[in-house]
Amino acid sequence: MIKKVTQHLSQNEPLLFERSSPGKKAYQLPELDVPAVDAAETLGAENVRKEIEGFPEVSEVEAIRHFTRLSTWNYAIDYGMYPLGSCTMKYNPRINEQVARTEGLAWAHPYQPESLSQGCMEIMWSLEEALAEICGMDAVTLQPAAGAHGELTGILLIRALLEKRGNPRKKILIPDSAHGTNPATAAIAGYAVENIKSSETGGVDLATLEQLVTSDVAALMVTNPNTLGVFENNIVRVAEILHKKGAMLYMDGANMNALVGIARPGDFGVDVMHLNLHKTFSTPHGGGGPGAGPVAVKKVLEPFLPTPRLRRSGKKLAFDFKRPRSIGRVKSFYGNFGVLVRALAYILAHGGPGLKNATMDAVLNAIYIRKALEPYFDLPYTSPSMHEVVFSDERQAKLGVRTGEIAKRLIDYGFHPYTVSFPMIVHGAMMIEPTETEGRAEIDLFIDAMISIAKEVETDPQMVKGAPYNTRTSKVDEVTAARKPVLRWKP
Amino acid sequence: MYPENYRYTKEHEWVLADGGTGTVGITDHAQQELGDIVYVDLPKVGSHVEAGKSLGSVESVKAVSDIYSPVTGEVVEINQTLADAPESLNSDPHGAAWLVKIKLDSAEEIQNLMSSADYLSYIGAEK
Repeated sequence: MIKKVTQHLSQNEPLLFERSSPGKKAYQLPELDVPAVDAAETLGAENVRKEIEGFPEVSEVEAIRHFTRLSTWNYAIDYGMYPLGSCTMKYNPRINEQVARTEGLAWAHPYQPESLSQGCMEIMWSLEEALAEICGMDAVTLQPAAGAHGELTGILLIRALLEKRGNPRKKILIPDSAHGTNPATAAIAGYAVENIKSSETGGVDLATLEQLVTSDVAALMVTNPNTLGVFENNIVRVAEILHKKGAMLYMDGANMNALVGIARPGDFGVDVMHLNLHKTFSTPHGGGGPGAGPVAVKKVLEPFLPTPRLRRSGKKLAFDFKRPRSIGRVKSFYGNFGVLVRALAYILAHGGPGLKNATMDAVLNAIYIRKALEPYFDLPYTSPSMHEVVFSDERQAKLGVRTGEIAKRLIDYGFHPYTVSFPMIVHGAMMIEPTETEGRAEIDLFIDAMISIAKEVETDPQMVKGAPYNTRTSKVDEVTAARKPVLRWKP
Repeated sequence: MYPENYRYTKEHEWVLADGGTGTVGITDHAQQELGDIVYVDLPKVGSHVEAGKSLGSVESVKAVSDIYSPVTGEVVEINQTLADAPESLNSDPHGAAWLVKIKLDSAEEIQNLMSSADYLSYIGAEK
């Protein structure tokens, strides 16, 4: 039974261009009480902007209604659970926003002299220190603007170190359960990619790894816990095998929400890793970002970190630009500063014990869902999982209903879908990550919804395949949209 | 379903050798797994491809997947119709929706690949 949503008013809204009618304005200026000046004559014609052709003209209330209506078409964590696996869609506490809007931070300018930027620099310094401690690493750069950007930075650091040792090497090893950005990163950094098949328990197979690690291998990129939510129990051995051959261990920190306060990658052999502040540290996601993907490294990689580096002498902080071995800048100025402020606010508001609690709640929530849904959905990997759980649609597919269709039906129940068809090693994957945000009431509603859909699949699969029904737009034709995309509105 | 004169790879490509030229495509099983295909990226005519290495990619609504060349040689022709009609990979993967034609460096290479019977039992086991 659908408990969470009922039909509600959701209004259609055309494009602003279609609403336009000539002469409408959202403002009214008082009559000119000084002599008129010809702008082109005074400033030079080349400095005067022409009117934008076809720019929509609407009244103030029309503009406000337009955007307000559009905003009601969205689903957000502020409405309810957002179990999109691998994305860690946790609630962004409002205190983060309040801190980031502090006048001295919100209006700080990157060209301000260092003497007037000490507060901002102190924030960056504190965040670097906190992230290094959480990860068990020696140094952190805050420059990368997102996770994949952090990956590229990390692999370029490895390349720089190996080059200095005389040979940048040729290959990067990547498990077949990895995020797609990992092989993309390796390729952009000039490395060939070699896939490692996952073992039956979903981890890296040690015997295979031992065979594959040759003097050609620069690094292994591993996500821990991996995309099945399973911790690599052999991670210390994995690091040893790599280090013995002079290769490095890169960790994709996308799943750090399962580890913060409990286990430190630096302690289990990781040489370099990135964090997604917009996942683990509750800053806004993706399009609502911008993101931040700080990179944490062991001492041996520190000289290669992007310039400038923060340096402290006594109480004073300064930017150090003279770093001959640095890979150079990877981002203008100092990273997405506003995001960094939010992440530090989150860390300080929680404190060490609070962060640890958040991790344990995230894992508890995922395991609670796993236990409740196990009787209804196929669980292809039964190893103990952490902050997320991956089911497969195998049972439902026998009745003709696939993971994507179950996800669409979930929308009718008032939830954002889980992650569909990823990781690729699970056929018909349904990847669920509740995060620590949810209390038991919302999680129970989600579980009820999933069980209810499992039963609908048995009694009326055709109905499920036609979902969603409660949305303002019915099922969209994704295939035609991808094959023949219309990317630009034309009158 | 799986023509007996074709040879198959574990990565779900097929090749049909005719004289010194091999026609390459993806299998019906591959298109089923991928779902609706929306874009195909093929190599340039004249480029040299190696068996087991990527020769291009197919994009479906689910994911982008590499196509691994079953054979080594020079690309002599690519299937131009796929640019406008990628959906033919879903409807006729073993026929009209071939991907590339490759001038084979070695005629023996395809002997290492699976027969249709072997491929059938391979995909049976994979499930």
